Amino acid sequence: MAASAVPVLELSGIHKGFPGVKALSDVRLRLFPGEVHALMGQNGAGKSTLIKVLTGLYTPDAGEIRLDGQTIAPSRTEDAQSLGIRTVYQEVNLCTNLSVAENICAGRFPRKSLLGGGRIDWGAVNAEARRVLAQMDLDIDVTAPLSRYSLSVQQMVAIARALRISARVLILDEPTSSLDDAAVQRLFTVLRRLREQGLAILFVTHFLEQTYALADRITVMRNGETEGEYLASELSRLALVNKMVGAPPDQQPTRLDSRAPTVGELALKAEGLSRRGALHPLDLELRRGEVLGLAGLLGSGRTETARLLFGADAADAGHVQTQGRTGRWHSPREAIAAGVAFCSEDRKHEGAILDLSVRDNILLALQARRGLRLVMSREQQQALADDYIRRLGIKTASADTPIGQLSGGNQQKALLARWLATEPAVLILDEPTRGIDVRAKEDLMDAVRALAHKEDGKGMSILFISSELPEVLHCSDRVLVLRDRRAAGVYRRGELDERSVLEVIATEPAAA
Amino acid sequence: MKFPMNTLARPLAALALLLAVAAIFVPGFLHLEIKDGHLYGSLVDILHRAAPLMLAALGMTLVIATRGIDVSVGAVVAIAGTVACVLVGSHGLAVAFAAALGAALLCGLWNGLLVSALGLQPIIATLILMVAGRGLAQLLTDGQILTVYEPASFFWLGGGHLLGLPVSLFVVAAVAGLTAQLMKRTALGLFIQTVGINPVAARLAGVRTAAIVFFVYVYCSLGASLAGLIIASNIKSADANNAGLLLELDAILAVTLGGGQLSGGKFSLAGSLIGALIIQTLTSTIYALGVPPQVTMVVKAVVVFAVCISQSSFWSSRRTA
Repeated sequence: MAASAVPVLELSGIHKGFPGVKALSDVRLRLFPGEVHALMGQNGAGKSTLIKVLTGLYTPDAGEIRLDGQTIAPSRTEDAQSLGIRTVYQEVNLCTNLSVAENICAGRFPRKSLLGGGRIDWGAVNAEARRVLAQMDLDIDVTAPLSRYSLSVQQMVAIARALRISARVLILDEPTSSLDDAAVQRLFTVLRRLREQGLAILFVTHFLEQTYALADRITVMRNGETEGEYLASELSRLALVNKMVGAPPDQQPTRLDSRAPTVGELALKAEGLSRRGALHPLDLELRRGEVLGLAGLLGSGRTETARLLFGADAADAGHVQTQGRTGRWHSPREAIAAGVAFCSEDRKHEGAILDLSVRDNILLALQARRGLRLVMSREQQQALADDYIRRLGIKTASADTPIGQLSGGNQQKALLARWLATEPAVLILDEPTRGIDVRAKEDLMDAVRALAHKEDGKGMSILFISSELPEVLHCSDRVLVLRDRRAAGVYRRGELDERSVLEVIATEPAAA
Repeated sequence: MKFPMNTLARPLAALALLLAVAAIFVPGFLHLEIKDGHLYGSLVDILHRAAPLMLAALGMTLVIATRGIDVSVGAVVAIAGTVACVLVGSHGLAVAFAAALGAALLCGLWNGLLVSALGLQPIIATLILMVAGRGLAQLLTDGQILTVYEPASFFWLGGGHLLGLPVSLFVVAAVAGLTAQLMKRTALGLFIQTVGINPVAARLAGVRTAAIVFFVYVYCSLGASLAGLIIASNIKSADANNAGLLLELDAILAVTLGGGQLSGGKFSLAGSLIGALIIQTLTSTIYALGVPPQVTMVVKAVVVFAVCISQSSFWSSRRTA
């Protein structure tokens, strides 16, 4: 650790409020050069708001931001950028149709001299992109469109773009939430190198493993306030979780549920379900009151399976059988009518209707199934929404608040409520724990098991998809392991542990 | 459908300001009198003249709410008016009106088919009918202006009175009331907004996105046909070249002035009606003030520019940031 005693960036007494919500209250944060600083906290703790204050997207109501001891007041993102505060957001904001080099240089293209007409110097653009990527040990064709590369490479390109102009502070908002393990390791190598170069890195994540693998210093936020700043080496994991959650330090959550579930009749069955370029023919059985986990690496066909089972994409071959009917879905409507629900992993693009209220968002699927006739009176709608807000612990000023104003985890809960309100027989959850904190994850997994494991054996059937292997193993009664877009095997609860699943995934497929 | 007052505040303020300016500079602007049992005055005249635009703006509101646009409104006005004028003499009022509405229905189905089933860009899809529609209308009349002399009942819609007020106002009130009820008592408004804000998520939630898009274009064309009937009845003729010319642009402007976003989503029927009234008040006032015709468009543009700037999100984002 090459930490000097003087912070490069220091925030103190930051306050920020929104109508009806106090988002930040007396928040402080210190970033030191040559250090990775992890910002930890539950959903709604104020991490995202704090970052928006740092990047000039929000102006704080009170408080001071000092860069190298000088007070700064970034009121636009450009201000923060020109001061050397660079941010890579959770959702990669790049143009996938443009080349890697264009993405890296966009906004500040190297130009030819006025004699050359002042036009963009494409040779310099590509050379510049290669130079920045080389700093990160990434050697790719910078003239190829970004869409050709995986999400992890796109993430690296986003970081390269941020680093191109001399950066003092690099802010990474959940950079790893869509990356698989190998990609995370690669990213960390890059970040360690940047740390050695003296950059101050603020790293927002929900993964404890990653925090301890990388961070030198940790700031914990809770309910919009700074809980404390700690050296990573002096803070145990248990202590960290407790500080995030706010529980007394002697209570460790213990949960062991090895009870065999009551498994009922067949709820959903797929035979030979396939789609070119997405999934090889797949058979799958889901019984009533059962949680079936889908495990596999990024790109193994998990999401593709879910989308075919829901009719979000049309299958080329095969059919899906439910209690109601057998056939091939042509649209999500048909799947919904047959009692299937699907919570997409991409809540921003495929889930939330951002401008609409939490209530309308919760009601949408139920109303859509009914058609134009209102499912219930306004009062009943309100009661239903309030009920789910309370039961799922959705943090919102009211049911009338636009869902876009909620934090990511709370949006996720509202979307879960949307589908629970339709009382589905089969619930497909694609990465329901992505981007939400430790405590909320555990709550969610408990809720998933409770939905399925009813005493009378009449629970929901749940398809649980997560890139977090421990979560899949913890939740599922059976696990279907996917590899290279086909099933690699189905295992009962207890037959597999993390290591053996990884072995299944890593097994070389038989030569075709 | 709720119409939050704060979103209506700005268009209402703009309208009030315009009316105040007109009241100061145009003598007798606020004067109302009853002649032959009918209410007369500039205010009534503005409402009456704004009727076609208000009908077009209501349809445009829903189209824009789904992220669409319909530039064929003026052409549908011409088609509906021409069809009615061609048939009214020989087949009577009922057949003529039914045929006009039927023709508009076909226009709406055509637009809806291109946008929702074939996935064309709305502006291109409706541009086809915008260009072809007036041509079709001219074919029906051999390119001539077709004047209607009888039956006299044909002139009632665009020139008659009911309970002392122009009949056209009752048509607008009926369409607006019906639409508002449709939004309030069914989930249509919710679905339209959902499709406009996030069509992908709407489909995954089970909303019939294609059907919703289809509906708004049909609805818009039907509204345009009513506007066409009022205009034809008012001028007692079918003018395939000029009836409803550029009405679609005024309708888009009315929606925008009423606070609607061209990017789709939230909409306000009341706002669009107010927007239409702003445009008509402006036009009428400029004429009444005796502004030379060659300057009229410039004055109109300046006022519209001012109103649009005052409603720009630039100010609200500065305030809340």
